[in-house]
Parts: sequence; C-alpha cells; structure tokens
Amino acid sequence: MLTIADHTFHSRLLAGSGKFSSAETMETALAASGSELVTLALKRINSDSAHDDILAPVKSLGLKLLPNTSGARNAEEAIFAARLAKEALGTRWLKLEIHPDPNYLLPDPIETLVAAEQLVKEGFTVLPYCGADPVLCQRLTDAGCAAVMPLGAPIGSNMGLKTRDFLRIIIEQARVPVIIDAGIGAPSHAAEAMEMGADAVLVNTAIATARDPAKMAQAFREAIICGRRAYSAGLGSAFTGQARATSPMTSFLDTL
Amino acid sequence: MSFFDKWKQTSWDDTRLALYSKTAADVEKALHASVIDHDEFLALISPAAAPYLETMAVKSHQLTRQRFGNTLSLFIPLYLSNLCANECDYCGFSMSNRIRRKILSETEIQAECEAIKAKGYDTILVVTGEHETKVGMAYFRRALSIIKQYFSYVMFEVQPLLEHQYATLNKAGLNGVMVYQETYNALVYARHHLRGQKTDIRWRLETPDRLGAAGIDKIGLGSLIGLADWRVDSAFTALHLEYLRSRYWRSRYSLSFPRLRPCAGGVNPVMPISDKELVQLICAYRLRFHEVEMSLSTREQAAMRDGLFSLGVTAVSAESSTQPGGYSQPADELEQFAIDDTRATTEVATAIRRAGLQPVWRDWLPVW
Repeated sequence: MLTIADHTFHSRLLAGSGKFSSAETMETALAASGSELVTLALKRINSDSAHDDILAPVKSLGLKLLPNTSGARNAEEAIFAARLAKEALGTRWLKLEIHPDPNYLLPDPIETLVAAEQLVKEGFTVLPYCGADPVLCQRLTDAGCAAVMPLGAPIGSNMGLKTRDFLRIIIEQARVPVIIDAGIGAPSHAAEAMEMGADAVLVNTAIATARDPAKMAQAFREAIICGRRAYSAGLGSAFTGQARATSPMTSFLDTL
Repeated sequence: MSFFDKWKQTSWDDTRLALYSKTAADVEKALHASVIDHDEFLALISPAAAPYLETMAVKSHQLTRQRFGNTLSLFIPLYLSNLCANECDYCGFSMSNRIRRKILSETEIQAECEAIKAKGYDTILVVTGEHETKVGMAYFRRALSIIKQYFSYVMFEVQPLLEHQYATLNKAGLNGVMVYQETYNALVYARHHLRGQKTDIRWRLETPDRLGAAGIDKIGLGSLIGLADWRVDSAFTALHLEYLRSRYWRSRYSLSFPRLRPCAGGVNPVMPISDKELVQLICAYRLRFHEVEMSLSTREQAAMRDGLFSLGVTAVSAESSTQPGGYSQPADELEQFAIDDTRATTEVATAIRRAGLQPVWRDWLPVW
C-alpha cells in the first residue's frame, strides 16, 4: 500500500495521459496499468466539454486525477494553473512542473520551491517534479510537499535511472514518498527503481508510444510489483569482485 | 553581436561547396550518430543522402514520436489585412498588385474568430501584409485583445517589430511569432524584395534576436523554397536555429518549409524542390533538432500532407483561407496565394487519426 497525504493506493504506478494515439488506446492502457492515480496536463484539458479526449476516459475509469502544470515556465504561471485546476477539476492534488527550458524540459528548482511553498499554504497536496537533488528534495519536504518526484533521466528520453546514485540518497533521506518520474523507458527500469526502495514510479512515454500500449502497461504493472516485492524481501548486496587480502587485515588484533 | 554578424561571416558559396561535396560515407556517418552536428546535417540535406531517404524517414518518425508522442497539433491562419508597403515579386499582397485591399474591422475580426472557433481551433496564426502606418502596433493591440478572448495560443506573422513592441505584445498575450527569412542569399534577396522596409535584409535577419530578447514563447523560422538553392538556404536556417537556441534558451522554435505557390502576378519558382527532396529536408531537420516543432501548411496537397503527418511535422493547419474575412465572408480575389489541400477541418482530423495520431486542439492556458 502506498500512502500519499491522506490517500492510500494499491498500485505504485502513476500513469500519464499524454502522447497516446487516441482516447480509446489511452483508456485500455490505463485500465491495464492498474494505476489509480493519473496525471493530466491542464493545458490540454477542455474542462467545458464532457467529451474531452483525456478527461472523459480517465473519469469513466474512476481514477484519481493528478492535474499537472506542464507548460508553466515560472512559479506565477504554475500557481495560476493550480488554482485553475482546482476550479475546473475539483481536486487540490497537483503535480507541480515548471520547466523554463523547452528543449530538455528540465525542472527549475528555484521556481518550483517558490511555487510549492505558496501552494502548500493554499491547501494544495503538492507533488513536485524536480531534479534528482537530495538537498532540493529536503527543502521541498520542509515546504510541506506530500511527495517528491525526482527525475531518473530527461523526460521522454527512455534512458532509465541515470541519476541512480542521487536517487539512492534521496530515498535514504526521505520523509515523504519518493516517486521516480521521467526517463523510465522499460519495465526493467521501473523494477530497478522499486528494488532501490522508491515508493512509486510515474510512466508515460514508454507506455503511450509502445507498439501495444495496453500490453506495455501490463508489463510495467508486473515489473513494479516484482521490484517492490524484492525490495521488501531484502535484496542481498552485489558481489563486488574484490579479492581478499592474502594476510587478514585484522590479524594484528591477535597479537594484542 | 546578433545573427547578422554570424551570417556575414558565413559564406554562401563555401556552404554550397561543402554541401555538394558530401559523399555516401558522410551520410552514413551522420545516420549512425545519435546526435549530429551542423556538418553532418549538411550531409543529410546533400544530394548524396537521396538513396538513404527511407532510413532517414524511419529515424525521423521514431524521434518525433518519442518526443511528441502519437499526437499532431492543429492550427489555422487568420488573415487580418492584405495591405502591404513592400514589393515582393512572389507575393499576391505586393503593393503594386491591383487587388482589392482590406483591413478587418473589430466587428469583422470577431466574426472571423467565431467562425474559426466553431471549427474547434484553439491555436491561431494571425497574418497581415506589412503596413506599418495602417496596420501597426495600435491595430495589433486592439486585434490581439479581441482574438485572445477566443484562442489560448496566438501567433503572429506580420511585419518585423522592435524589441519593446514585442515585449508589449507578449504582455498582451502574444505567444509566438513566425518570421520567415525567405532567403539567406543577399543577392537573391535583393532581386525579389524590390521596395519597402523588407528590402533591408539586416532588419529581417535580426528579428528573431529581438523576439528572443523580448521573451516570446515560440519563434518560427524558415526560408521560402524556390527562390534560391533550398539546400543552402536550409543550411543557413539550421545555423540560425542553432544560434538562437543557444542564446534564447527559454523560447521554443518552429520550422516551416513553404514552397513557392502560384499567386496573383507572382513569379514561378526559380529552383523548385521535389516532393522527395522535401521529405529529405524534413527528416534531416528532425535528425539534427530532436525538439524543434515543424509546421505544415495547406500549400501542400492532401496526399503529401497525409504522408508527412507521420514523418516529423508536429503541427498542421487545415481549411485555411489566405484572405482577410475568408472564414465569414469568402471572396477569392483577396487571397495571398492559392492553397492546395482544401479539405475541411473534420476531414483533416480524420486523416490524422487514420495515420494513428491524436489531433491536439488545445495545448496552452489562455492566461499564460
């Protein structure tokens, strides 16, 4: 069970709703993923329309909505989007994303912290997308964020856990759930994140752009369950291949 | 230092020579690299790359889908005025052309917005001829305040403005500006731009610098294919994008590749591009710039457009009218150029879905 703020989830997979070829493909993939929390870009939503390509299928599956501020380039725009999301979708849950660089879409740490502080004050449940920076994650936690969402690799890159050594520190220091976001391109990456002790992962591109999104969603679902099970079973440490010293390093103790 | 300085230092003839001396081995090297530089891009737009078109198409498709997903954005042009104080021999709006001139009134702009909104669009490209005195800042501000009530994302394709004017319009809700260089060849530029502010090549070359400095979200570049050698012009376009991307990192960029189309009193393309070569160019741009947006207009015919939906383009227009008032009160004699894909928006959306892509109508918040 994964608990974020006051809400408990059975699934540790957060799914994205962008990049799918059609509403139907998205709906079957989301159903197959077993995910209970789905992020959706507010900028893509047509909230007046019950027939919106993204909103309608997500709602019909009964999934919890996690609107995101994708497209916001600074704290002010993100805060505005958050308030709009609350109005339009009736939820205070928010995935905070601020990326002023449209090339790699990397999150702005300064603006993200500023926006997080303000939004927590306004009563939002804030899940910030951020760099794999342990100090930043501590600061975001201090600010009252309900989870942290450090990136594994640049968004959409499918490169896996390029930041793994920093993710380990973030997980070790965590006081709120750690959700690995961005860069997870294969179920094996997701399994690795779970084995490391991450609380959940968010996957979008790898599912949406697979040849068979529903089958890929199922594969992620199973990989995450396996990875988490291995983590809770207690993984042995890997053999490092170091040779043993010819005379024991502690033999001097015998002479004392 | 602006792009003008960089442009002055780059020789057209040297670029042409470098480009045409590329070999199959250069092309293969570029195709094997995961990230390619300008020199490798030259190989991909060279004649030597022609036999590798299918390989380039497969890579371009993969890169585009990974970055942009299985989606394609839709936009539509809104022509506000066909007045122009320039004389450009390829354009129907040229000042000496004896066509009926029109500037849309506020009521007419509203009528056009409503007609377009009914088709489902939320992203719009506002187009005018270049007429500083009658269609200048005062008019743009009034028009923008009306248009922003209807559409979230508004782009302009109007005469180049000053940096502070762009900053003012940015605050008033302007999101993107397209400013096509037409050609980067100074002699050819002078031959086709005969009178008016547009004869000043430096003023035009430095416009994207002013847009970047003013913080405009999207900057559109491109050359008009058919005026000069498209390969060399595209090499300069790529240099321009590379230069801008490193300086104005908060802006995103969009490329267009308009082919010269028939228009009232216009010239024919001097150096046309074939359909295969256009595909080669689009794929080469994608392999060089994974993140760049690429837009495709209704200048191209339906079958070509349907094929290109999957190959690198990220935004397409549909059901375009190139005359002021064309959506609420069509009158053919006012148009800038003839379009080719005349299908209705719903038909184009169906074609997009048939290509396995989801049409995206809305991708911005109106308040940003």
